[in-house]
Amino acid sequence: MFRRPNLYTSYEAENQIFPTWTQRGLAALAIIILLLMPFDVPVISQIPIVRFLGDSNWLRPVATMFIILVGALGFNLLAGVAGQVSLGHAFFMGAGAYTAAFLGGEGTDAVYGLGLPIWIWLPGAGVGAALVGMIIAPVAVKLRGLYLAIVTLGLVFIGIHMGNTSWGKKFAGDPGLGRSFPTFDIRLWKEEEPLLLMDDDSKWLWFEVSDSQKTYFFTLVIAIIALLVAKNLARSKTGRALQAIRDRDIAAEVMGVSEFRYKLIAFAVSSFFAGVSGAMFASLAGKLPAIQWNLFLSVEFVAIILIGGAGTVAGTVMGTVFVILLPLMIEELTIWLSEQIDQGGLFSPVANFLLTEGPDDFGPISIATQTPGWPLNVFDWNIALYGLLIIVFLIFEPLGLYGIWISIRNYWKGWPFSY
Amino acid sequence: MLDVANLEVVYNDVILVLRGLSLEVPDEKIVALLGSNGAGKTTTLRAISGLLGVHEGEVTKGTVTWKGSEIQSSEASNIVKSGITQVMEGRRIFAELTVDENLRTGAFTNTDKASRDDAYARAMDLFPVLKERRSSTAGYLSGGEQQMLAIGRAMMSDPELLILDEPSLGLAPLLVEQIRDIIVDINKQGVSVLLIEQNAAMALSIADYGYIMENGKIVMDGDAAKLRADEDVQEFYLGLHTDESGERRSFKDVKHYKRRKRWLS
Repeated sequence: MFRRPNLYTSYEAENQIFPTWTQRGLAALAIIILLLMPFDVPVISQIPIVRFLGDSNWLRPVATMFIILVGALGFNLLAGVAGQVSLGHAFFMGAGAYTAAFLGGEGTDAVYGLGLPIWIWLPGAGVGAALVGMIIAPVAVKLRGLYLAIVTLGLVFIGIHMGNTSWGKKFAGDPGLGRSFPTFDIRLWKEEEPLLLMDDDSKWLWFEVSDSQKTYFFTLVIAIIALLVAKNLARSKTGRALQAIRDRDIAAEVMGVSEFRYKLIAFAVSSFFAGVSGAMFASLAGKLPAIQWNLFLSVEFVAIILIGGAGTVAGTVMGTVFVILLPLMIEELTIWLSEQIDQGGLFSPVANFLLTEGPDDFGPISIATQTPGWPLNVFDWNIALYGLLIIVFLIFEPLGLYGIWISIRNYWKGWPFSY
Repeated sequence: MLDVANLEVVYNDVILVLRGLSLEVPDEKIVALLGSNGAGKTTTLRAISGLLGVHEGEVTKGTVTWKGSEIQSSEASNIVKSGITQVMEGRRIFAELTVDENLRTGAFTNTDKASRDDAYARAMDLFPVLKERRSSTAGYLSGGEQQMLAIGRAMMSDPELLILDEPSLGLAPLLVEQIRDIIVDINKQGVSVLLIEQNAAMALSIADYGYIMENGKIVMDGDAAKLRADEDVQEFYLGLHTDESGERRSFKDVKHYKRRKRWLS
């Protein structure tokens, strides 16, 4: 009647995207939540810390999260699966963004722009970045570990500098203001009436959808496609070859895995993801100066895969959600705390202890936006906690959030025995 | 005397490797610890020399007692200071240092200059090869020389107990014999030796006492001479057993070992 759970009789069975019913259930639950999210669901808006999900202001950060997820999946493929630690991911994102701007943007006297539709500029951004990535790949065959990280770090600075040169400005626009990027509007060709206009609230098919809901679903679809591609690549022959190179590159070569070929593939595919992500990121932002593709963005990707769990797609998803939504949650927590004080709720003593409202009040969190020094305001706390979390994760759980999930799973698998 | 009692070791909180292992190494004796791959020999060593933490392992039950104090939760560097030195499996020499520098690193815990010079002279005595290659980079030594260097480096800390993990790994038969003689020499200088080996014939030929491990437990122990004479040991570890016709048995006939439920009969 009951089959024995988690008994795999073939490699194929074990290597499914969702091998267990627990995972299938969680995936189904995630899809339901993601589909319900953009609509005003009364239940979610009642839960204190995630309450921000209830109003439409959060649709934009979550769309940004999907876009960053695409880039993070690419970075995970390169750094987590293939083991090539790169700090140049922001550079590849920038390369994609400016390819997109060149192909899809409005051409003026100051900047190039062909004004092509999205079905050309979005894949084109990926291809443009992938080509740049393939130029870098031979360096990775020569250099390993920290040396590769420093070389790719150099790319970031070269990229920012190129944006400031006279011909770079033709692509990147004014160094201070940046240029405008193409929008997500879907149209068949340049001047045609768009099939789907992103920035207005209109009826589409039989749904009444706002602009932010449309953006949300568009980025969600791209993120799901990216997830499927990344997961399938990781469990294919290519994925195994990349993992072999990560674990022991010389042994992989002895097994017939061409180091050059597969590092080239790793850089190309990773940069493709980065390029698509960068183009969409810029498109969502509207206007970005070249300085935006900086080291901090690269480090953010390192943080995502370290916190999530390097080398796993599920870990990358968890890391992205954590890194992008954590600042929002901290902010939301502060708002909730100050509300508690005002309303005299159950947690008002705790809130009173934590928050500083006036000059005579004591507490580590200040609700003012501009306070130099102690107590820190919410933005400073975000930065401090971000750094602290990376340190704590690396010390206590090197496998990241994915590692925590594994330990919980192992605990229940063996329950009530510990081993 | 080293006394390991009812040791239980778990890796990653889930993998139980040692299930109540007990053994002792008396002063100035050679004790051999034999067992097939995966029996838990190296884990036993890690528990003694304090290296479990590095491998996410943990002693959950039992004690390791060395000279009257429990050391199972001490740090590896403190255990070396207390007189137990391990020669790790696979040599692990410092490849970019010279032979001389490798040896001097081995004397890190040996703060007394006179005893350090003494240990250095002894190492040179034991390994004339190292004397010749004193100033060459250690990474360029041959496998046998590197193994000698690893043992010589461990001897520099003037240990009371020397733990050797597979010293014959990947060495030619002639070199295995050489290493064996060196172990005997070291033991004669008053150092007790715990020898972990796959090469059971070599280990039992010099040991005073032997333990045989399987699945994280000691399944048999006794004087080396008694183990050498034991029918099962001969069959499973020494490969000596012949059937009535005097022919060597083929490997597939040895299968009855799998059917045997327990060693203690």
